[in-house]
Amino acid sequence: MHQLLNTLYITTEGAYLHLDHDTLKVEVEKETKLQVPIHHLGGVVCFGNVMVSPFAMHRCAEDGRFMVLLDRNGRFKARVEGPVSGNVLLRKAQHEAMTNNQITISIAKNIVAGKIQNTRQVILRGARDTDDQQDVLTLKATAESLGGALSRLSNCEDLDQIRGVEGESARTYFGSFDKLVREDRESFKLNGRTRRPPLDRMNALISFIYALLMNDCVAAAEGVGLDPQMGFLHALRPGRAALALDLMEEFRSILADRLALTLVNRRQINKNCFIERPGGAIHLNDEGRKEVVIAYQKRKQEEILHPFLEQKMPIGLIPHVQARLLARTLRGDMEEYIPFLYR
Amino acid sequence: MHILITYDVSTETSFGGRRLRMVAQTCKNFGQRVQKSVFECTVNPMQYEELVRKLSDIIEAKEDSLRIYRLPEPKDKYIKSFGINKTIDFDGPLLA
Repeated sequence: MHQLLNTLYITTEGAYLHLDHDTLKVEVEKETKLQVPIHHLGGVVCFGNVMVSPFAMHRCAEDGRFMVLLDRNGRFKARVEGPVSGNVLLRKAQHEAMTNNQITISIAKNIVAGKIQNTRQVILRGARDTDDQQDVLTLKATAESLGGALSRLSNCEDLDQIRGVEGESARTYFGSFDKLVREDRESFKLNGRTRRPPLDRMNALISFIYALLMNDCVAAAEGVGLDPQMGFLHALRPGRAALALDLMEEFRSILADRLALTLVNRRQINKNCFIERPGGAIHLNDEGRKEVVIAYQKRKQEEILHPFLEQKMPIGLIPHVQARLLARTLRGDMEEYIPFLYR
Repeated sequence: MHILITYDVSTETSFGGRRLRMVAQTCKNFGQRVQKSVFECTVNPMQYEELVRKLSDIIEAKEDSLRIYRLPEPKDKYIKSFGINKTIDFDGPLLA
């Protein structure tokens, strides 16, 4: 079984990351902050102004460890990539599946079904956790309408209909998202989903976590040798990792949204963790980002039962396992792609 | 698996000093220094064999001593630490 390797996150501005024998060393103002044997790392994520030595890049590329450069807000900027490798037959199968309408629709449908099912779980869990009867009613109604979306989904015949059901259920879900917030509702009100830039604190928080999750999904796709840009549900666009976005759909609510809610509800993140930019954009500040990154890493190490494989594994490994299931489907070893269903 | 490496490398000659540095660097490549001549490493069986081979190639059997202990898991249950201690948990959040 593949081992979940740790990810090194570097958020300090002006840090210098370099290779020292078989270790990666982070220096800030010539002082060593951290030194990690490279075999502990699955990859490195750098935020903002972080300098990386060429040899550190070479070594990561050689070993197949991912190295991503993000801006301070977690938006993807660049990835250091080694030579194209992996299984060419698998990629060929992936490209062929793209042109096969039946396979495309079956995969897209199952991905969306997984997503809706998982959001529904998050809503129901919220309904169990709250004492406010009014909120319980709203959440139950949302869960019911998501259930309705699931049954409509099974009748969908083309991609546009599937995307329609997906968009509609996402709107329903985010419409009652506020009811899941239990602490400081005023500061964490979600005024619809906004991005590029996020316009309120909740949007800023979930966008940032989505960016972290996205890197893991790209790494998962690359890890099994799939082309991360060749997606089924998401339309192809230059520079867009459509397959990683596909893979991410079923994890958004259970990994990212739940984490955001936990952070807010436990007051680990409060309104002082944000800064407002001219023009209304709201972003996490340095302190907030650190808090989120640490919580995200801890969450990834929690163990969960994979219902389809009936095996316990760290949460962080699930995107990798799902990528493998997708690869099996594309090769024709499995009839249908089975999404990860949270219980 | 978690292992503990301790060593005494004789530094009577300049070759000894070199061996000492090489042993320390090799240990650093696989884990971290917890005391002056004590390292803790987390390795898989393959890495373990590689580490043992490298270290035994460096040391001089007639002058130096090297001991490797296998630690029981979970690590944090069986390791108690007192006094100054600046170790990093490589499995915990790595943030700089």
